[in-house]
Amino acid sequence: MKITRAEVAHVAHLARLTFGEEEMDKFTSQLNDILLYMEKLNSVDTTGVEPMTHATVLHNAFREDAVKPSLSNEQSLANAPDPRGEFFRVPKVIE
Amino acid sequence: MEFEPVIGLEVHAQLRSDSKIFCSCSTQFGAGPNTHTCPVCLGMPGVLPILNRKVVEFTIKMALATHCRINRENSFARKNYFYPDLPKGYQISQYAYPLAEAGGIEVEGDENRKCIGITRIHMEEDAGKLIHDEHFPASYVDLNRTGVPLIEIVSEPDIRSAEEAAAYLRRIHEILVYLEICDGNMEEGSFRCDANVSLRPRGQEEFGTRAELKNMNSFRNVQRALEYEIKRQQYVLEAGGEVIQETRLWDDAQGVTISMRGKEEAHDYRYFPDPDLVTIVISDAWIEEIRGTMPELPLEKRERFLRDYQIPPYDAGVLTASRALADYYEEVVRLCGQPKVASNWVMGDILRFLKEDKRDIRDCPIPAASLAEMIRLIEDGAISGKMAKEVSEEMYRTGKPPQTVITEKGLVQITDAGALAAVIAEIMAANPTQLAQYRGGKDKLFGFFVGQVMKATQGKANPQLINDLLKKMLP
Amino acid sequence: MELYSLTIHELQEKLRAGEVTAAEILASVYQRIDRVEDKVHAYITLMRESAQAQAAAADAAIRSGDIRALTGIPIALKDIYCVQGFTTTCGSRILHNFVPPYDATVVAKLRDAGAVFTGKANMDEFAMGSSTETSYFGDTRNPWDLTRIPGGSSGGSAAAVAADECIAALGSDTGGSIRQPAALCGVVGLKPTYGRVSRFGLVAFASSLDQIGPFTKDVEDCAILMNVIAGYDPRESTSVNLEVPDYRSFLSRGIAGLRIGIPREYFIAGIDPEILTSVRQAIGTLEKAGAKCVDISLPHTEYCLAVYYIVAPAEASSNLARYDGVKYGFRSEEGRDLLDMYKRSRSAGFGDEVKKRIIIGTYVLSSGYYDAYYKKASQVRALIRRDFDEAFQKCDLIATPTSPTAAFHIGEKTDDPMQMYLSDIFTISANMAGIPGISIPCGFTGDGLPIGLQFLGGHFQEGTLIQAAAAYEKTAGMAALMARQKQAKMNF
Repeated sequence: MKITRAEVAHVAHLARLTFGEEEMDKFTSQLNDILLYMEKLNSVDTTGVEPMTHATVLHNAFREDAVKPSLSNEQSLANAPDPRGEFFRVPKVIE
Repeated sequence: MEFEPVIGLEVHAQLRSDSKIFCSCSTQFGAGPNTHTCPVCLGMPGVLPILNRKVVEFTIKMALATHCRINRENSFARKNYFYPDLPKGYQISQYAYPLAEAGGIEVEGDENRKCIGITRIHMEEDAGKLIHDEHFPASYVDLNRTGVPLIEIVSEPDIRSAEEAAAYLRRIHEILVYLEICDGNMEEGSFRCDANVSLRPRGQEEFGTRAELKNMNSFRNVQRALEYEIKRQQYVLEAGGEVIQETRLWDDAQGVTISMRGKEEAHDYRYFPDPDLVTIVISDAWIEEIRGTMPELPLEKRERFLRDYQIPPYDAGVLTASRALADYYEEVVRLCGQPKVASNWVMGDILRFLKEDKRDIRDCPIPAASLAEMIRLIEDGAISGKMAKEVSEEMYRTGKPPQTVITEKGLVQITDAGALAAVIAEIMAANPTQLAQYRGGKDKLFGFFVGQVMKATQGKANPQLINDLLKKMLP
Repeated sequence: MELYSLTIHELQEKLRAGEVTAAEILASVYQRIDRVEDKVHAYITLMRESAQAQAAAADAAIRSGDIRALTGIPIALKDIYCVQGFTTTCGSRILHNFVPPYDATVVAKLRDAGAVFTGKANMDEFAMGSSTETSYFGDTRNPWDLTRIPGGSSGGSAAAVAADECIAALGSDTGGSIRQPAALCGVVGLKPTYGRVSRFGLVAFASSLDQIGPFTKDVEDCAILMNVIAGYDPRESTSVNLEVPDYRSFLSRGIAGLRIGIPREYFIAGIDPEILTSVRQAIGTLEKAGAKCVDISLPHTEYCLAVYYIVAPAEASSNLARYDGVKYGFRSEEGRDLLDMYKRSRSAGFGDEVKKRIIIGTYVLSSGYYDAYYKKASQVRALIRRDFDEAFQKCDLIATPTSPTAAFHIGEKTDDPMQMYLSDIFTISANMAGIPGISIPCGFTGDGLPIGLQFLGGHFQEGTLIQAAAAYEKTAGMAALMARQKQAKMNF
């Protein structure tokens, strides 16, 4: 096993997802297949290879420090599932 | 056993750019909720960040001022976590490749000046604000602050006491404000500080377990929180206990730090390079161009004041507390040529007036030129020091130049020796008894005659001239 | 000949000559939509009314002599681009009601060029899929065989072009999402060089791989669309500020003298023999027309899929964190507290494939696994790019099959993710390296399903791809073959 059910549960929590029992079994098994397939990368010698994290070699893309109009409060909240007054409302944060 | 505190500080300073770090929304404080917001800082689907050049320049300035190595190639990463004040579900920050590393600043330490190392300075975006409802199980999100540029300045664990921590913070604050890259306003959150504290037996090399302190929003609170925490850890250790690695919040009202244990989850931020932003490459030419715009920093200025103006260290410290005050002082000296006298007036009356009105030196109604002119008038004997007090007050109240005030108040000093001699002669004639006693050896009565002359001239006579004439005429 | 079955350049001639109006073209396209959309289901949202207004505006512009690159041409947009004022779902429940207050840069460019938007095309949820079966809004059918998938993730765009429900369409390609459905639906699909077409307003899947490109009925239309959408955008940091050539100027340059690389790693067992035969024949045709074929090797090809299924989910897990039920989109009303609301909204808002990839992505970035997966994959990615750099020393472009199989049946691979992922085995490498790729029809299987030929080029060599594709299309007589096949097979 590359990944256990408990590990999937932990990662799901990090990603703010939940799964039912059956779903969890299916996912864990599918993820194992995928992670096993990825093992083939271990046979590649990458000593001294700089990771390629961007598909471009560009650098220094800047904008000048100029203020442009923002959205209005109404526009900012237009898509909000639970707008209250001038704010986005969310359920209480349990700490 | 004697313990030694080991302290490292993390300062978050908001940069004073006009627009946010990755979009064109205003950074101004105090706007209506969710009005300085656009698709980019609201984290809407499909939008992309573009880095504000000024943020990079400001960070380079701070790196130069704190003697850091500037990484010629640096880049942004994503710090992933969920919270309603973080609309994208990740914060764009620098992680593996910060802009600056390995610097340090000098501070007045417990015994003498010492260097506190700076581990790194990196750029990142601020989060929004969450307001908790006291009556309903809900919170309200305002995303105006989201994307306001921050730099995080991380110190080495070089600090050994609460006082030293406060001194370090004041210096960092002073430099940021001098560079005009941060307004330094702690109430509005423009300058925030977290601390890592641990204790170790004196002489031991390795560090003890540390606690992270948060929620200290003034220099004073940082010092108080550290003092408390050092004592707390000392009691724990002396009782044979163990310090737990945890985050503790400073409770200002109770004056204690409180454990967040159980309330914070084990974070796994899954940092990785942000594919939407490209590498920042900083050339030598760019650094030199920025170096050319750097102001003189507080410590250098202080040393120059001591050297050039021959004023006491205390004066130099007070006068260089802000760039504007130092500039004001220097202008007065340039125009009147009397560094110590100028220092006395600026530190005395001017700062007192401003403090009473809670005004900044930049809003001082007395222009430097007026103060310099007044000092020259004293030097020339046109007004007395006592008159000058009255003049400066009036100048502060009305903003008028000293000559106008003097004329309007009729404060011109009598410097005509002939006229004054006539007054003295009258007084001698009117007080034969005292004159006889003085001439008989009662030297103390000299003061009596000075007083009489001042009274007769309503205080306008030049005191030096009175002295000279009396010494000539009385015997 | 119905107007809806024509190409952009054919319609432009008629518009310029005053033979037809934009309103008539749109009416024809909508007449086709009304007839076949029930069967094909290429669209998530139709924009009939606004399209009519755009067509009317196009006719007014034509009357005043203002004819632009796409004036009056009905184009379908994959539902992954933000269009101001129109729901943009990305095929997901979590964005089912999201109305963006901004246009994607490509949308703005098409608008400026006078295009008419027919609607938002169906797609795999968040572009994660190779069959358009993961869409929250139901699957799209392949117009050549309604029991089969159109490919994915831009299956709606490809099917809409193939079924004449629009004249052309835009899609996006993260691992083959333009080229594979183009191949499976018998249309032309181009994925440009990373940085060539702005991603601003494209709902992100994997930011370092995503690229926007056209679906068209022929290569000339592809060049016309590329002329409009390519170019620098100051709103994207990875946009490249490089002059855009006139892609139409490549159309008639012929293929003589071009060196075509044939990578041995792309002609292997496991490919449908009919496809292998068809692609080899196409290469033979190119040789006869004067191209010179050279054997090349891309030694890290076998690792592309593994790299892709680490890098893409890693970036996606972060890109999709913003869908949290706070600012827009779906929120579960059952959340008792914040954490519960997050979990319920995301679990009910995302489909299985998306959740699976978020989990993979979160896992490969998590503490203790980053180096073994994400970093390792990024290093191998660098080697894949190096393979191409070396190959392009020996050839001007590379020819391969687009997909190892023709269109498969609905549901055939949904339970076996690895089989599904293998659909992209020949297309993923271009996204890894950031190079352009085009898929053009090169024949049909015995079942009458289209087969795609893929050309890959060096960075910013879209012109060379268009040159080769146009030459092949002409030499092989594809237009006539396509028309015959369509008449025979697409009889609905």
